[in-house]
Amino acid sequence: MNDVGATSSSPTLLKVEGISKTFGELKANDSVNLDIVPGEIHALLGENGAGKSTLVKMLFGSLQPDGGTIFWKDQPVVVTNPMQARALGIGMVFQHFSLFDALTTAENIALSLDEKIAISTIAERARALGDAYGLPLDPNSVVGDLSVGERQRIEIVRCLLQKPELIILDEPTSVLTPQEAEKLFETLFQLKSEGKSILYISHRLEEVQRICDRATVLRHGKVVAHCKPSEETPSSLASMMVGADVDAVERASKEGPEGDALLEIRDLNRAAASPFAVPLTAISLAVKAGEVIGIAGVAGNGQGELFEAISGEVLQKAAGEVRLRGSDVGRLGITQRRRSGAAFVPEERLGHGAAPTMKLSENLLLSRYRTDAKAFLGSLGVIRNGAITKATKRIVEEMDVRKSAEDPEAAALSGGNLQKFIIGRELDRKPAVLVVNQPTWGVDAGAAAKIRQALIELARSGSAVLVISQDLDELFEVSDAIAVMHNGKLSVPLPIAEATYEKIGLLMGGAEPGHASHGVELGAS
Amino acid sequence: MEIAQNILLTIATAATPLLIAAIGELIVERSGVLNLGVEGMMVIGAVCGFAAAILTGNAWIGVAAGIAGGALLSLLFGFLTLSLATNQVATGLSLTLLGIGLSGLIGEGFVGKAGVRLPTLDIPVLTDIPLVGRLIFGQDPIFYMSIALTAGVMWFLFRTRAGLTLRSIGDNHKSAHALGIPVIRYRYLAVMFGGACAGLAGAHLSIVYTPQWVENMTAGRGWIALALVVFGSWRPWRVLAGAYLFGAVTIGQLHAQALGFGIPSQLLSSLPYLATIVVLVLISRDRRLTTMNTPASLGQPFVPDR
Repeated sequence: MNDVGATSSSPTLLKVEGISKTFGELKANDSVNLDIVPGEIHALLGENGAGKSTLVKMLFGSLQPDGGTIFWKDQPVVVTNPMQARALGIGMVFQHFSLFDALTTAENIALSLDEKIAISTIAERARALGDAYGLPLDPNSVVGDLSVGERQRIEIVRCLLQKPELIILDEPTSVLTPQEAEKLFETLFQLKSEGKSILYISHRLEEVQRICDRATVLRHGKVVAHCKPSEETPSSLASMMVGADVDAVERASKEGPEGDALLEIRDLNRAAASPFAVPLTAISLAVKAGEVIGIAGVAGNGQGELFEAISGEVLQKAAGEVRLRGSDVGRLGITQRRRSGAAFVPEERLGHGAAPTMKLSENLLLSRYRTDAKAFLGSLGVIRNGAITKATKRIVEEMDVRKSAEDPEAAALSGGNLQKFIIGRELDRKPAVLVVNQPTWGVDAGAAAKIRQALIELARSGSAVLVISQDLDELFEVSDAIAVMHNGKLSVPLPIAEATYEKIGLLMGGAEPGHASHGVELGAS
Repeated sequence: MEIAQNILLTIATAATPLLIAAIGELIVERSGVLNLGVEGMMVIGAVCGFAAAILTGNAWIGVAAGIAGGALLSLLFGFLTLSLATNQVATGLSLTLLGIGLSGLIGEGFVGKAGVRLPTLDIPVLTDIPLVGRLIFGQDPIFYMSIALTAGVMWFLFRTRAGLTLRSIGDNHKSAHALGIPVIRYRYLAVMFGGACAGLAGAHLSIVYTPQWVENMTAGRGWIALALVVFGSWRPWRVLAGAYLFGAVTIGQLHAQALGFGIPSQLLSSLPYLATIVVLVLISRDRRLTTMNTPASLGQPFVPDR
């Protein structure tokens, strides 16, 4: 059979038939079908937990399917490991980058190339290839020092160096600024014009509609639809993904007079906590009663460090750097800051927001026995189990936490449900100030809407809410003003009426704050 | 001047077992595994080496037996921590306790017996060069092995693809797994290399240093070797420098005792351990230094999803 005949009679590059994968009780993939033709950008759509990552891991050989067949150019293949996938011509750009912080760019690339070539040769090739595709990189830089966008370029160049025919991109834009995403799309179109196929995993509908030729939609591990995104609307795609209409978040406009500043940050500075961390420089911000302020930024620009400083996990040099309800708390620890009416929800749910192997009720007690001792502890510090059970129940009902047992361990809950519980636990205290880092990271659309609505309602009831997030859509949904964090510095908050994706995106990419304030003046005039 | 050469020779002999055990542990830790059982593997190497040498009358068979003993015990550690993903700290500590107990049992019949000593190198003319001849050309073979081992490990880690792969696993085992690198297999090999080195270091004690068997004869050297890896911030040549520094401190306190300084001997004997603590405190003050060099996945169990 000659090559021309093979391509003309069999247009599919990759075909998946009835593939299944079960983890314990969970059917992560249930008889999934998928086919990709040469030169197309094919979207794999689905919510978190729909089984997208499981499917591509099986295509790339990191996981073994329980049943079903994978055809590569019409030949059935069993992909037992990533090396074999690469040999076939399948390349992968991972969502959570599979890079090594302590190694150089060239060393990182060398690790995924199966042929043994000298590092210096690899460095040259990577540089040349990067230039050809508009993905500049420095082979000698240490990865730990690089930004997320730069890391992704390394991943893509590494993948292209293997000359793949199919490139799998797992949520590539979730870590990019809008401008960086534009550049990525240009690269993808260039690859497509060269006849390469791309499997593009995303839950961002606008993106998928813009760049993808066809789409396969997954829900709860099953394929629910094959469609052409250009012929759909965002809401029809969303309802395919979610299986029901998602309640839109309602943001009642702020009413009444300006409230008092309940959370104030004044010229906060912090040295870099580790070689790969960002120092915080001269951060100032005030969050008033009744409003939600959002902090945008590409991951790793100091948001985590800022959260730690506000919550009191790290103390400040001067007491006045952080103020809660008018008093200096910069030298006080997390419990005292909570006692003065603040509540904090960290980014990491398991291990930071909740103790994984402890029950929900125990987690509730752990975070509140110091702040609400009267409610939960009797005389001599004896635990009042009745009160705790009642409060746990109240939170579970209020936030619609779905669980399998009466009082399960935190780790037994799905990410979204645990996040609802953690946020509910803090809301239950009716805090005057709430600081949340990544409130809906990895949470399904229904739960995310619930959480966002709760944040807005808390603010409207007179509290000050600060939301740190990488999800711009989320920030535009909940915030009254958005500030941007870049390289440890915080911009002046932009009122939501004047903020656009473009303005925020430029600030995320490091444009001068002066440029943005200029934009504000234009918008205001 | 002959005295100076003798002192340097004793320093080298004291430093060699520390260096070998530390270089072995360095490879283990570079792969992301923390094996606190060095002391136990060393003492097993010492008793196996001593017993095999006496029974066969051949010191070299003793050395081989020491290496095999250490490697075998590390294989148990590997099975528990890598295949069953047990806690590495707890498993390593129990490995030390097991090694000390087991070596006492094996060595019961050998207490007080005269051992077989590995002969030192003796090259006519060269060894007889005054001042440095014996230092360079007249030491025991394991000394030369220890130097070659350090150079070899340096070359392996920073000049070979396999070394790069090993370092990548130590930095991030999840990424390595995602790329298709066989994490567990590499770690098994690293752990067994570490065990073999600890066994060799133990055999050096019972065949070269003091050719006899005394229960618990490693006397905490395994712990010093562990500290040396941190002291050297996971760099082979710094580990070598550290091993000789500690060798010098050990010998120095012996000489100080012999010369009758007015310092209690107990205090002098504790000097190497105090020095370890001081050095660890000094090193951990510089966070950039430690985090840049520390294998980031050190001590974390790895369970690939299936």
